[in-house]
Amino acid sequence: MSAMKPSSLWPVALQWRSPRTVAAVVIIALLAVLPMIAGALESSYYVSFATRVLIYALAAIGLNFILGFGGMVSLGHAMYVLLGAYAVAIPASHGVTSGFAHVTLAVAVCIPLAAGLGAVALRTSGIAFIMITLAFAQMLFFGAVSLKDYGGDDGLTVAARSTLGGLDLSNNTTLYYVAFVTVLVALYLSWRAVLSPFGLVLRATKSNPRRATALGHPIFRYQLTAYFASAVVCAIAGVLLANLTLFASPAYGAWTLSGELIVIVILGGLGTVFGPVVGAIILLALEEALPMLIEATLPDYKSNWMLLLGLFIFFVALLLKRGVFGSLPASAQSKRTEPGSP
Amino acid sequence: MTAQLALSQLLNGLQLGVLLFLLAAGLTLVFGIMSFVNLAHGSLYMLGAYFGAAAFANTDSFTLAIIAAVGGAGLVGLLLDRFALTKLYARDHLDQVLATFGLILFFNELIRIIWGPSSIFIQVPKALDSTVDIAGITYPSYRLAIIAVGLAVAFGLYVLIQKTRVGMLIRAGATNANMVAALGVNIKWLNTLVFALGAALAGLAGVMAGPIVSVQPGMGEPVLILTLVVIIIGGLGSIRGAFFAALIVGVVDTLGRAFMPTLMRSLMERNAADAAGPALASMLIYLFMAVVLAVKPQGLFPANVAATR
Repeated sequence: MSAMKPSSLWPVALQWRSPRTVAAVVIIALLAVLPMIAGALESSYYVSFATRVLIYALAAIGLNFILGFGGMVSLGHAMYVLLGAYAVAIPASHGVTSGFAHVTLAVAVCIPLAAGLGAVALRTSGIAFIMITLAFAQMLFFGAVSLKDYGGDDGLTVAARSTLGGLDLSNNTTLYYVAFVTVLVALYLSWRAVLSPFGLVLRATKSNPRRATALGHPIFRYQLTAYFASAVVCAIAGVLLANLTLFASPAYGAWTLSGELIVIVILGGLGTVFGPVVGAIILLALEEALPMLIEATLPDYKSNWMLLLGLFIFFVALLLKRGVFGSLPASAQSKRTEPGSP
Repeated sequence: MTAQLALSQLLNGLQLGVLLFLLAAGLTLVFGIMSFVNLAHGSLYMLGAYFGAAAFANTDSFTLAIIAAVGGAGLVGLLLDRFALTKLYARDHLDQVLATFGLILFFNELIRIIWGPSSIFIQVPKALDSTVDIAGITYPSYRLAIIAVGLAVAFGLYVLIQKTRVGMLIRAGATNANMVAALGVNIKWLNTLVFALGAALAGLAGVMAGPIVSVQPGMGEPVLILTLVVIIIGGLGSIRGAFFAALIVGVVDTLGRAFMPTLMRSLMERNAADAAGPALASMLIYLFMAVVLAVKPQGLFPANVAATR
């Protein structure tokens, strides 16, 4: 690396004084103390709201791994969130409340499923890949609807939160920190993976699959590995989501949620490790703020806030090429951004 | 009895198939010539249904309703193309998916603001509010009319694309847009024409489906997903592929829903079958698509190399 002039494709060491790193550290620090601030304000609602933000961020980190670094546009990743949620709700309805069992089940089902579906989906690329992932998600969605014993269309309530060793997840703050730590671990792992030789090949498959193949890399295996790694992260997000809402429903696998995950990734900044966290904060805050904003100005149209959200998403796609976090310089010296930095 | 049921379900499948073709034709043409993924195509279908419903309620003439739906959706398509989407044609599919996803949310809410959240009804036009006897079954003549109109439009599109100068330019544009532009054809105008044509066909599908489905905000999404399945199975950019795939998907989906539960009941216990049957029926076309893509990643009737990038 030292002998070579760093081009934009080469991973770079973390630059502590770059605006991106500073922003990421500040956001993580704020998230770390958020329950205390909320506790001081006595508004427990914001803790569960922030937990939801973290869970969406986690799912988006999973999606970003293949979307941002592998160039695989999956419009069906909500299906793995759905899978994770049902991996909590179904055992819980049979009296199995161990969180370890839930996570194990989610991962154990997710890996063969994602490997199988991924192997079929990766035979295609580009637009056909988008559509086939959407089709698979629809299949799982209808599969969940057909689970008449487990609520069918209406979904399934979860009696109590998972037990996780000595942790009491029924406490909102504890659940928040579990989600927070999971997000940190996912961020660290995806950061290391992106900088690793594996990540280098993965990014090569994004920028030029033909050349990557010509260099002798079996790109299918790399893409498949990345695909199911990302699916597992989303499944774990699903486990957390079912714990937060105490509910699992086919709606968690709706294609609109897959769309929202893509919005989060783009909004944060495609191909940045930390972008999904920023994207999740912005999108969910917006979904929270828009109804209030409209209620203050045009109370009659309070329920129609999605109109503005739709326009917002449209203009994000049209104008915001690098995303919010991705627009920050990655290096303290120059304005050149490096995909490998956080 | 079963043969008659099968025939009437087959006709229902054909009817769904031609509606899907009307949607798929526009979508696949737009994809073929501009390499543009338009998720908001389902919204144009919804707009067509609403424009038609409004015109029908005010004038009591289904002909005017069709004109309003086709014209209205076509006009919205034209405006979208001119003012919103042109910049996206050159971008990658991800941006296109995202932008048109935003447009779906926008249009659904817009409809909800204008016409309210509950579904509205379009009555079957009086002239077609009867049944016809075919081979021992009685079948609603309105549904037969849909099949007839759909097939007529398919034939019209075939003539337009294969036999006219504009069609030649469209085919040439799908093969190599830059070369067509270099030869002095106004490719922007061609794009707009194709987009508006696709939007008008979507509007036609919307107003024709109006009397047999519930017209409500968000009605475009399930149809959109079916249409996407159709154009993927048929091969992106291929009108011929869209036609056959639409009929296959329409028939497979309808027959699956009609007979899968009974079929499952003969294979397993009643309770399990009642749960699994409808689910499998809903999954059938996605399974079919997965199999097609696994065997022929380019679809059944790949259009050409340029359009399948």
